[in-house]
Amino acid sequence: MKNFLLVFFVLVGLGAVPSHAGVTLEAFTFETPDEEERFKHLIEELRCLVCQNQSLIDSDAELAHDLRAEVYTMMQTGRPDDEIIQFLVARYGDFVLYNPPIKPSTYLLWFGPFVLLFIAALLLLRAVLRQKKTTAPQISTEERKRLDQMLGSNPAEGNEK
Amino acid sequence: MSRHLRYLVPLAIFAVLAAFLYRGLSLDPKLVPSPLIDKPVPSFSLPTLKDPEAMISDTTLKGKVWMMNIWATWCSACRAEHEVLLHLARTGKISIYGLNYKDKRPAAIRWLQQLGDPYVANAFDEQGRVGIDWGVYGAPETFIVDKQGIIRYKHIGPLSIDIVNNEILPLILELESAAG
Repeated sequence: MKNFLLVFFVLVGLGAVPSHAGVTLEAFTFETPDEEERFKHLIEELRCLVCQNQSLIDSDAELAHDLRAEVYTMMQTGRPDDEIIQFLVARYGDFVLYNPPIKPSTYLLWFGPFVLLFIAALLLLRAVLRQKKTTAPQISTEERKRLDQMLGSNPAEGNEK
Repeated sequence: MSRHLRYLVPLAIFAVLAAFLYRGLSLDPKLVPSPLIDKPVPSFSLPTLKDPEAMISDTTLKGKVWMMNIWATWCSACRAEHEVLLHLARTGKISIYGLNYKDKRPAAIRWLQQLGDPYVANAFDEQGRVGIDWGVYGAPETFIVDKQGIIRYKHIGPLSIDIVNNEILPLILELESAAG
């Protein structure tokens, strides 16, 4: 019974894997496969503002339907990709882009990880260099003698005590 | 840096991170800042809700401070907001225009008859095309436009009495006193 339940939930889980299957693009017809590719690529890069973790190609929201149609119409009237994207950014902001543009307010986002990596590398380098300097331990002659005794490397004095 | 002090560095980093994350808990990701703020009103020309023959456009509204409220009968938050709009209309401080967004005309007219009508007029945007120009993604949304036809304020989601008293009425006062 337990095994059966496990299998059941695994199957349910597999079924829940998100895919583009939820939305049909049959309403849109294209003259060439390239055109269709271009359309799919465009709406994959644009975020649906209603269900924010879905792109326009994934979302079944009413607004996503409308915006897909809008993008399609603009494509059909021969507008280039950047103009179509600009159209949406002007209305909904940079938030519609899955790929945020590089500008002063996003410098931290784009370059922050590299800055952190650089700092980490510096710290690592410093730690390694410092360790090298202190590898040869300093011991006094007295200590050296005791050590030799313990290791028995000097049999003449070895069995003292 | 003394030996003890440097152990505080990770703690400090943690504190800063925790402060940012804590702030993030109370931010609503649904509220996307509008790029339309401080931009001219997107031009539109639509039939009015009550009379399909009459047209309403942005140019007829130039020269005064006005409010654009995007609503629909299928939007339950709009019903919650309706009382607040009626209250604001009764103050007489601002002309409220509506954009009836992707709705059915008879249903919308019935809604206004039953619940009361705070709007001077409504533009009927059946296809939602004008809504796209205004960057609408979730009704209700409310814009305030100044005398020059520049959008000065946007609120996403239902208005409350608090928002009206603390944000909208002071802004109207400021915009009305500006030269135009």
